[in-house]
Amino acid sequence: MVRLAVDLNRCQGYAQCAFLAPDVFAMHGDEALLYAPEADESQRARLAQAAAACPVQAVLVDAVDVPADVPDEAVSGAR
Amino acid sequence: MPGDGSLERLRREGRIVVVGASLAGLRAAEALRAKGFEGSLTMIGDEPHEPYDRPPLSKQVLLGRAAADRTALPRLRPVDATWRLGVPASGLDMAARRVRLADGDEVPYDRLLIATGVRARPWPHEAEAELDGVFVLRTRDDSAALARRLDAGPKRVLVIGAGFTGSEIASACRERGLPVTVAERGSAPLVGALGGVVGSVAAELQREHGVDLRCGVMVTALEGDTSGRVRAAHLSDGSTVEADVVIVSLGATRNTEWLAGSGLGAGPRGIACDAGCRAFDIRGIVTDDIYAAGDVARSPHALFGYQFLSLEHWGNAVSQARIAAHNMLSESTDRLPHMEVPAFWSAQFGVNIKSVGAPSLGTEILISQGSLQERRFVGVYGYQGRVIGAVAFDHARWLPFYRELIETTASFPPPFDNVDRRPGGQRPIDADFPDPSVPTHGPTVTLSGYSPADRRMTFTPAH
Repeated sequence: MVRLAVDLNRCQGYAQCAFLAPDVFAMHGDEALLYAPEADESQRARLAQAAAACPVQAVLVDAVDVPADVPDEAVSGAR
Repeated sequence: MPGDGSLERLRREGRIVVVGASLAGLRAAEALRAKGFEGSLTMIGDEPHEPYDRPPLSKQVLLGRAAADRTALPRLRPVDATWRLGVPASGLDMAARRVRLADGDEVPYDRLLIATGVRARPWPHEAEAELDGVFVLRTRDDSAALARRLDAGPKRVLVIGAGFTGSEIASACRERGLPVTVAERGSAPLVGALGGVVGSVAAELQREHGVDLRCGVMVTALEGDTSGRVRAAHLSDGSTVEADVVIVSLGATRNTEWLAGSGLGAGPRGIACDAGCRAFDIRGIVTDDIYAAGDVARSPHALFGYQFLSLEHWGNAVSQARIAAHNMLSESTDRLPHMEVPAFWSAQFGVNIKSVGAPSLGTEILISQGSLQERRFVGVYGYQGRVIGAVAFDHARWLPFYRELIETTASFPPPFDNVDRRPGGQRPIDADFPDPSVPTHGPTVTLSGYSPADRRMTFTPAH
């Protein structure tokens, strides 16, 4: 699983990401971007391309494989 | 003391505690590690989830294009932290430098970052708020529950409050073909944040997309059926709206109650801090070991007369987190001020709305590009002869230009009288903001202090 976020303050709707990784990014109207915040592992290479191609560098992709520092028990230890 | 090795010791073996495991908290933690902090880092969060991104919760998730539980924020670098999730902080002992947790534990710190954010303001009538089908939208769990209910195909959705979140919810519902009524106390959607001129465009957009928009009304009561499910809402104009889903979207309340009695300068308007994110105590003296970032912070901004601003913006959380992290690990002369120009975005009814600066501080607006009729335009806001903000409807690429005007305190009206050479629309007009003494949930920038230049203090209702 790959997590991502887009800094939509930076995004200017160039849509490079929507061409390079259409399963993850899609334009919504003329300018707005919708994206899947979590993509399948199979998308990793396309995501890297999309992030690299973004003219304003607005695509943030996981740089850490699995957040090993969030132990399951910390998450499930909720009351 | 500079040069006495204390900073070096902090870097190497200090204890930094972050209360609030959301966007600001995570980005601060990453920045601390990036700056070479090798000591212990503890992340405390009241929700049982690792840090997640909120903007998709009112957009992609409600459209059924993403799952609420798959919105965790990407990690930009390992933070190697101890996570205390699902346990809220319940108190602070500033003298002993300890954070108390609701489960009785205490966590000692050398430096503390408070990023506890805000929570959705609930429907004020408790019994009505508990009716089945009444929602707020702030957290991942809120969004998951609401998305499930929308999947079930309600007969009518009522959204109370047409700020950005309420309008985005209404937009998603219409896109899914659900009948929607929006009730807004102000004269138009988004009026608190963008004023009545732009608000009237937002109102047209809603109506064109089939929203039953009712402005200038308040919801006076929610009515349930015998099985405790909401069935109708009564409005101040005497009308009744039958709805089986009601979303209360009345802005947010700052999470500062846990600091009551601690001596920190925290209250309903947020945590007062200096331009370097250092929190003030209740005596107005700045602390050197407690920092605040994100929605919960309010700090003086150089571009806006050093008045205290609270900014409920994604970008503000990110930049304050980095400033706080940097300043925690820096000598006083190396510290940085938080100077970023405020910016936010919203997507609704097919239109990309973006803003820079502080439109809600403006008094006049000039439509400098495009036209209101086409719903593609840039509006520039002026305050006392200078450019103070701008908003773009499907014109986002122009905003960096306007940001520069704001940063350089360019005069208003701006020196150019025409950007795209069309007739009309180039005269400043009253931006038509509501009376600031009337409570509104709309603005995303809240002026939470008063200018020393003012002769008298006026009460500005905070969130």
